[in-house]
Amino acid sequence: MPLYRDEAVVLRTHKLGEADRILTLLTRQHGKVRAVAKGVRRTASKFGARLEPFMVADIQFYEGRSLDIVTQAESLGSYGAQIVGDYDAYTSANAMVETADRLTESEASLQQYLLLVGALRSLSRREHVPNQTLDSYLLRALSLAGWAPSFYDCARCQAEGPHTHAVVQLGGVVCDNCAPPGAPRLDAETIDHLAALLTGSWDVVEASSPSATSRASGVVAAYTQWHLERGLKSLSHVSREEGRR
Amino acid sequence: MYEGIVQELIDEFGRLPGIGPKSAQRIAFHIVQTETFDVAHLAELLTIVRDKVHFCVICGNVAEQETCSICRDPRRDLSLICVVEEAKDVVAIERTREFRGRYHVLGGAISPIDGIGPDDLRIRQLMQRLADDTVTEVIIATDPNLEGEATATYLSRLLSPLGMRITRLASGLPVGGDLEYADEVTLGRAFEGRTVVK
Repeated sequence: MPLYRDEAVVLRTHKLGEADRILTLLTRQHGKVRAVAKGVRRTASKFGARLEPFMVADIQFYEGRSLDIVTQAESLGSYGAQIVGDYDAYTSANAMVETADRLTESEASLQQYLLLVGALRSLSRREHVPNQTLDSYLLRALSLAGWAPSFYDCARCQAEGPHTHAVVQLGGVVCDNCAPPGAPRLDAETIDHLAALLTGSWDVVEASSPSATSRASGVVAAYTQWHLERGLKSLSHVSREEGRR
Repeated sequence: MYEGIVQELIDEFGRLPGIGPKSAQRIAFHIVQTETFDVAHLAELLTIVRDKVHFCVICGNVAEQETCSICRDPRRDLSLICVVEEAKDVVAIERTREFRGRYHVLGGAISPIDGIGPDDLRIRQLMQRLADDTVTEVIIATDPNLEGEATATYLSRLLSPLGMRITRLASGLPVGGDLEYADEVTLGRAFEGRTVVK
């Protein structure tokens, strides 16, 4: 039977024909899947809001030649409704799903799936400031993809830290010997903030000054754009008003 | 591949939204084979529509003059503005015959993943329309999907300090559907917005 079932988070949707949508989903066991949800744009669709972006659902697929077809869907986490009520959380969630879309392929990546679901859940529950949740997600997602930054030892020669030169192209902080001429320096608070975002030390993250938070966000954005090669469209729209307050 | 101009015609139809290669081929062959099909009239309409149809300078709806027929209508209630995503949404609301105010077409919804932010929509023009005290209520009628809801959230945050009444279209169970098939979000909204039975 060309049917399979998997848990999935909806990354993005594209309109198809009169009332259908093509969904890009990150599944638990099948990696990234593109599937058609027929009739989902009709108000009386049986899928309702279950296949909106940021939703986590238990989905049954029918294997198609190029695109699979969604035959059934049950909600596991309705994070979209809560996220969309906060504009800052919405823009952060967009950057998260775009990153997940770019970092994952058809091979299963359970850790990427769990990280994204956890981050969306955290955003929906307003556990932290949305853009800090985003920064933490970006660093961890890139780490899982093989681009773990170093914010203590030198990213190039592994000389024991702390170091203050930050070079995103070299993978984090570097020692004086490895730093290229004119490499910018970061203050200790910003580097501690970045390390805390990576490890999930939220007490350190939340105690940081607004200026350190802002500088760290700039480093995270540059680090992400460098490794993803093409810029993330959604990152320039991330609203950071709450973080500034 | 067909020869010359037939293939060109198929390729041209294939560029239209929602028309795949098979549909493009079907339309092209309908035109070629059906002698009664008035090709000249279609060609004339396509030329006229390009020349004559513009977007209303006030609301952004499609119009054959500088302003659309709704903005020109003196019987319309000037104190109400209904904000919609697309011009086709104006037609859908007009069909209900429930709304007698005027419209504002945003030209889409905020979708950062597609690179569409607030600056890409006609939000600045909306703020200009609300600058005097004529409008007392803004009805946000963006689509009840994620992008539409996010746009509504953004607009309500922007418009709240202006002091006018800001409302959002109700959402809940569709007429003609079964309760057991309703998803949690829709059913939750229906409970939130329940009304007293008279």
